Amino acid sequence: MSDVARPRSIGSPLQLAPRTLVLAGLGVLLAIAFVGALAIGAMPIPFGDVLKILFGQDADSQSRAIVLGLRLPRAVLAIIVGAGLGLSGAALQGLFRNPLADPGLIGISGGAALGAVLIIMFGHLLLAWVPDAIYQHLLPVAAFAGGLVATFATERIARQRGAVSTAMLLLAGIAMNAMAGAAMGILIFMSDDRQLRDITFWTMGSLAKGGWSGVIMAGPFVGLACFLILRSGRALNAMLLGEREAMHLGVPVERLKQILMVATALAVGASVAVSGIIAFVGIVVPHLVRMAVGPDHRIVLPGSALLGATLLLFADSMARVVVIPAELPIGLVTSLVGSPFFLWLLVRKKGLRA
Amino acid sequence: MIEAHDISVRANKRFLLVDCSLCIVPGRVTALLGPNGAGKSTAISVLSGERKPDGGHMTIDGQVMTQMTAVELARRRAVLLQNSSLDFAFTVGEVVGLGRLPFAMTRDALDDDGALATVRHVAGIEALWDQTYHTLSGGERQRVQFARALAQIWRRTPDAPQRYLFLDEPTSALDLRHRRAVLTSMRALALQGVGVLVVLHDLNLAVDFADDVVLLRDGHVLSQGPVDQVLTPENLSACFDVSVEIVTRDDGRPVILA
Repeated sequence: MSDVARPRSIGSPLQLAPRTLVLAGLGVLLAIAFVGALAIGAMPIPFGDVLKILFGQDADSQSRAIVLGLRLPRAVLAIIVGAGLGLSGAALQGLFRNPLADPGLIGISGGAALGAVLIIMFGHLLLAWVPDAIYQHLLPVAAFAGGLVATFATERIARQRGAVSTAMLLLAGIAMNAMAGAAMGILIFMSDDRQLRDITFWTMGSLAKGGWSGVIMAGPFVGLACFLILRSGRALNAMLLGEREAMHLGVPVERLKQILMVATALAVGASVAVSGIIAFVGIVVPHLVRMAVGPDHRIVLPGSALLGATLLLFADSMARVVVIPAELPIGLVTSLVGSPFFLWLLVRKKGLRA
Repeated sequence: MIEAHDISVRANKRFLLVDCSLCIVPGRVTALLGPNGAGKSTAISVLSGERKPDGGHMTIDGQVMTQMTAVELARRRAVLLQNSSLDFAFTVGEVVGLGRLPFAMTRDALDDDGALATVRHVAGIEALWDQTYHTLSGGERQRVQFARALAQIWRRTPDAPQRYLFLDEPTSALDLRHRRAVLTSMRALALQGVGVLVVLHDLNLAVDFADDVVLLRDGHVLSQGPVDQVLTPENLSACFDVSVEIVTRDDGRPVILA
């Protein structure tokens, strides 16, 4: 059989080669965005100096402090959160066989936001009971817990006779988000000005407060989630044909659903906990990757992680410089820049790729 | 051989299948016939191991089916369901390639290219291969899904372990020529030793392409056995509630008129 006649399959090296190139390209893009994020800011530092500092060579101590002390933890956090959100979005879109799914759908964001708002409003009541060192981390922990509780409640409700109904999962998630939203509305109505500011800032997302402790808190969870999700590429490809079809192709469908639910709840819960709600990354990033390389999850999943990290680095750099010396919430940047760009892509590529 | 003994399936309080016993024999094509709602699709989902029966037990080549994992089953049998939808832009080649999923990371994955080259020829979808699946017509999609099922049970060696093929109305969207082509390749697989269970609506296709017939009605097996013994006017009238006449053509083949 000649090479020309050889059929293209999911798995043949012929097809993988150009796609691997795309992944390599995304990797390079991420590296550029990373160095850029370290260079850009209220005090711009030349690229060359940033590289010198990163590789431990001499540079003036002020630049070193800014790059290593301020911008590096923030950039690392952007990578973790962006990768987690992009990857979770890709996994859920595959799981629900719906290109419109996003991590908010199954209740994660709503639950996490409610947890955070509760702490902003009533955290001070715990001040007497909780040691100061723990008190500082109460907000992320509450957001994380809120996200997990909401997701697992959603999953429980959608479970009928041992099997999770996907339609039920979506509906229960919507109801869960609405409930969390209403509860938050009541709390916001009761809040004073300072609390309101905190809440608003948090619901629009920011990487400013995470720091190395944010990296340490979110890193392991997002890492574990990446591990679980990236292994499921083939199975998710089969899921796109339908749950029954996937089962007939040997995919343990129920277990896959559970693994992906847990993984996305961990990744998104941890991300929301350290950075607030960052809209749009989870839903748009997988689309962009699919537009470039098609729907094969073995490429879409790692691609979404890379592109999510890149976009968030980019958005955070913008958030830091457009209104110096103040900062925009990053969620505003992702929505403001992301949505028109996405619309433009949709119009241009209409009907080409899902 | 896949054997089902006294299987029953309930949904809420309604019985979809009641004490059905039937088997799928390697090398033979068994047609599952019956009126709408008789339980044909339920029978497919139970016999293929997708759905656990509420009563009775099933074995595949002597192994208890309910104890097997999804991937173990997937290496023995392929299933073609009705109306598979796909909202993502896979190419035809990618969809068919998914049929090789059960063999990912195994030695059999070395045969993937051979399998795909064969089935795209057998299913006559060479010209569609690089097109996007959701731009295809209903009939073309059905042929692509058929090819995917073929890819799943394709083996290079003839002494491969027993394989089974379940087809739920594989020709419902096909024109006359392709209908014949698909059913002919189904027959060819049976010649290679594959056990086939196929749901058909056209009784004459069962006459032409099946070895055995199972008549199903209201979840009960009405009668089963070789085609010429089961497809009698009496049996068919009892099954479908219409009077049926069977005439013999000049070449000796029976034709069912209803």
